Amino acid sequence: MRSHVPSYELVDARDLPHALSMVGEGFRPIAGGTDVMVLFEAGKLVHKKWISIRGIPELRSIDVDPGYVTLGALTTYTDVRRSAILAAEFPLMVQAAALTGGIATQNRGTIGGNIVNASPAADTPPALLVYDAEVELVCARTSRWVQYTHFHQDYKVMDLAGDELLTRIRLPRRFADWKHFYRKVGTRRAQAISKVCFAGLRRGDKIRIGLGSVGPIPIFLETTDLSAILPIDDVRSTARYRMQVAKNLMEEFLHVTA
Amino acid sequence: MRVKVNGVEHSIDAPPMSRLLDVLREDLRLTGVKEGCGEGECGACSVLIDGELTNSCLVPVLQVEGASITTIEGVAMDGKLSAVQQAFLNHGGAQCGICTPGMILAAMALLEQHPDPTLEQLKEGLAGNLCRCTGYMRIFEAVVQAVRP
Repeated sequence: MRSHVPSYELVDARDLPHALSMVGEGFRPIAGGTDVMVLFEAGKLVHKKWISIRGIPELRSIDVDPGYVTLGALTTYTDVRRSAILAAEFPLMVQAAALTGGIATQNRGTIGGNIVNASPAADTPPALLVYDAEVELVCARTSRWVQYTHFHQDYKVMDLAGDELLTRIRLPRRFADWKHFYRKVGTRRAQAISKVCFAGLRRGDKIRIGLGSVGPIPIFLETTDLSAILPIDDVRSTARYRMQVAKNLMEEFLHVTA
Repeated sequence: MRVKVNGVEHSIDAPPMSRLLDVLREDLRLTGVKEGCGEGECGACSVLIDGELTNSCLVPVLQVEGASITTIEGVAMDGKLSAVQQAFLNHGGAQCGICTPGMILAAMALLEQHPDPTLEQLKEGLAGNLCRCTGYMRIFEAVVQAVRP
């Protein structure tokens, strides 16, 4: 059942203050549209008032300083794939971006959108978790940085107030000399949504692991013990298969990073 | 709002949340843009927006204000097929035809990035466009033929 198009409001944000003021008045942000428009076409987009933030230039950048690489929330998967600094120091971001959707989705979809859409099956969150990302949340009055490992609280529940926008993601530059491992298991390399997604970092006996599609939120672990993951049966796979694949990927990770 | 489609300026009067796909097909009668899945999975509705391959089913029309859009109708020049179109014809790259406009635009976007793509780049460039007729091999052959006639 398709949506009734004229009943939706969509306003183009002139700049960030305009976007924040509209979000404060109950408008929700739409960027690349690769998640929002799927719900819209299916007649499942409940919220009716939207603000397009896609054209805000200061939210689409990759900035480098001695401590951090900082991505504007509107950085697309294609931008990530073309970034030399990310390839050199945060290669799991580049691999995750390359395995998300196909080229058309990568041209349009944004890292900020991937985070706040809060799908447990999204492919960049496991990489963001292992790289100890922080996200900047801004409202009309204040801004704050939150550890990404604490951002997702339950299925589609985030540490994000209704009047806040996620504006930037910063990655501390301290993982370049770790060993990096990324695997997405799905029906097909392009387009398919993950059955299990695994990002891992290792240096000596220290490990950092991010897992997608095995619980209500992306899971972060600093242990090889997988008892914290809670895979479910759904249209894409079964809990049993996912658990076995997660174990296999853990073994592969430990083997190739040894 | 104003938008340039296949080099021609148009003034569009549609609700801002309207899908670009519907505006192109219904308002501008550019029915070479096909609807397949309507959820960004199949690539049948592919267009180029400012040169970037995009699924037009996922774009609210407000977001293309001032943009330049190319649909399959804008690919042939002066009645002459492009090299990619001609190669699809020569190699059986088009069968039922539903995926063909999107495939050709995806191939054009790929060749803009990689003028002489490897097979791996070719497969990746077209991986977002599904075809249920050809088994893809004839499509790959067509794109290779367009590059190396």
